[in-house]
Amino acid sequence: MEYFLELFLGGMTRGSIYALIALGYTMVYGIIGLINFAHGEIYMIGAFTALITASVLTIFGLNPFAILVLAGLAAVVYSSAYGFTIEKVAYKPLRNAPRLSPLISAIGMSIFLQNYVLLAQTSDFMPFPNLIPEFAFMEPWAHIIGSSEIVILAVTAVAMVLLTLLIKFTRIGKAMRATAQDRKMAMLVGVNINRVISVTFIIGSSLAAIGGLLIASHIGQINFYIGFIAGIKAFTAAVLGGIGSIPGAVLGSFVLGWTESFATGYISSDYEDVFAFSLLVLILIFRPAGILGRSESKKV
Amino acid sequence: MFFVNEIKKSLLISCWFIFLTFPIMVIRINPYEEIVDYRWNNLILVGVGSFILSLVGRAVQRRREKIGQNDTDQTAGSTFRIATKMYVPLVALSVLVICCFPFVFSTYQTNIMTTALIYVVLGLGLNIVVGLAGLLDLGYVAFYAVGAYSYALLNYHFGLGFWTVLPIGAGLGALFGILLGFPVLRLRGDYLAIVTLGFGEIIRLILENWNDFSFGPSGIANIPRPSFFGMEMSLQAATIYIYFLMVGLAVFTVFVVNRLQHSRIGRAWIALREDEIACQAMGIDKTKTKLTAFALGATWAGMMGVVFAAKTTFINPASFTFLESAIILSIVVLGGMGSILGVIIAAFILILLPEYLRAFSDYRMLLFGATMVMMMVFRPQGLVAPRRRCYQFRKTDDPAAGIK
Repeated sequence: MEYFLELFLGGMTRGSIYALIALGYTMVYGIIGLINFAHGEIYMIGAFTALITASVLTIFGLNPFAILVLAGLAAVVYSSAYGFTIEKVAYKPLRNAPRLSPLISAIGMSIFLQNYVLLAQTSDFMPFPNLIPEFAFMEPWAHIIGSSEIVILAVTAVAMVLLTLLIKFTRIGKAMRATAQDRKMAMLVGVNINRVISVTFIIGSSLAAIGGLLIASHIGQINFYIGFIAGIKAFTAAVLGGIGSIPGAVLGSFVLGWTESFATGYISSDYEDVFAFSLLVLILIFRPAGILGRSESKKV
Repeated sequence: MFFVNEIKKSLLISCWFIFLTFPIMVIRINPYEEIVDYRWNNLILVGVGSFILSLVGRAVQRRREKIGQNDTDQTAGSTFRIATKMYVPLVALSVLVICCFPFVFSTYQTNIMTTALIYVVLGLGLNIVVGLAGLLDLGYVAFYAVGAYSYALLNYHFGLGFWTVLPIGAGLGALFGILLGFPVLRLRGDYLAIVTLGFGEIIRLILENWNDFSFGPSGIANIPRPSFFGMEMSLQAATIYIYFLMVGLAVFTVFVVNRLQHSRIGRAWIALREDEIACQAMGIDKTKTKLTAFALGATWAGMMGVVFAAKTTFINPASFTFLESAIILSIVVLGGMGSILGVIIAAFILILLPEYLRAFSDYRMLLFGATMVMMMVFRPQGLVAPRRRCYQFRKTDDPAAGIK
């Protein structure tokens, strides 16, 4: 039972990280119908920025809490800046191009960013400092769930609530929902589409950066390739829940997290990624619209 | 005034990029010794580079807009269009170069050329799927792996030779193409891309982890080279032999793909790419058409896998990563989706350039990525735009002849 609980909570932690990344995919897909392949790379760049900031600040001798806050801030700012720039450079000129063009452009962007970090930094795994302190009150449960896992769960929950509030109750949230429903119509009633798309990229990238910081601090090492696998898995999660739907992305992420956690815990850890990809293939075959998604029929 | 404005804008962009690349490009930390080194010269490089690029980029865009105003469709495919008169000498020259190549240059050069030819064929195979049928396949390398492993394993267990396995590898490639294709072809373009990517990764992970079957990450060594009626050959002779074999296969592929392109099924692929619903309304069986595209594309990959295994005599799962798929895809994209000549030129450019410009080879993948983005933004039709067959109306002397 304890083992089960450990796997359950481990899966949930994994799921939260996937959720933070998957939200970026699902929001961008909802608004411009593009799989932002480079989204995983934004998460990776967030983690790298946090690592660099944290290391430089450690040498300056700041106290750990300030380092955590500043590194988090740097990760969020830089990831958003990258997300914003990528959209302007690689996707905006292709907004009216055939469907495959922006997707290929996104793949190119992803390869470019991976190699950019590989060349400018290093191809080795870099140790990531554990920015999240061990809590004393967590002592009795430490064998089931660590304090960094608690922090991940809490941060994810807060981020979800904030995002929901933003989308439900603010002006820009309303504009985003309108754009997702019908871009042309939204434009006609005076929504500034370019701004909405930029904001979507910025929000998605910030969430990915938070995810990157948390998981890097939890696992303790990063390299230039982490974004690729994490991105694919987060995309799987988004598709699982029904791409374009925000609660769907969260649900899908938890389902994926649990699937991986239980499959590696009870079956075999060699095939961790195979389980994730098999789940993706199965879901797409049997329920292409995802768990919470609606299947759209095209009018001719 | 206009010029000053442009400079101002470019300066702003270059400032933005300096800010953007600052932590990654300038600061490098050594986590073990807690040393930070600052590489300020990179900052200048980024600043100047992005300034020039943004100036050039916007100039190109403006020119395109101007051309777009004057006439709509003159630029497409105008470069590289070779006059018909030049065909015969050009073909003769390339035949001469191809035939003499291994005798003039070293074994090493011949090997590189063989690799380039393998990529030509892979590009042409993927071109069927991506270029003609418009199905973005990101797991193409899986079929390549299937071919390579089928030769290695069949040879290891049953001692089958190259020539026996070549058609078997092709067949297995096609079989896997159908196996993957059958369930996923209902999916829309971008979902299909992700599933094929997942499939490619699944194949690679299985090869890496299923030690009893595939010998895991250490791979399979001592795969025999192709035989020539049972003759023993020196290494040099074998290299030349594989080279000519590849030339033959490449010519065969060009021939087949060219014939396919203008056949009934080829036109169905193009129609499917352009508009699925209209295509179905015209009575084309969507599933069957897509499946044939997948199967035929995979056939070439399977075949090339066999050749690759025979050429390198050693394979392991590391040769079949997603990056390989990405390279083949960028060949197709750079060459122009659906254009045979374009794919051939692009394969030579992308494979040979990094080989000969060694200093440049670290930046290979970086440039591949950048090329893919640039091509999509500035020249989506590729180096050589595919030309559709169309009826040509000629003016005759007799004005009544046209009406008759």
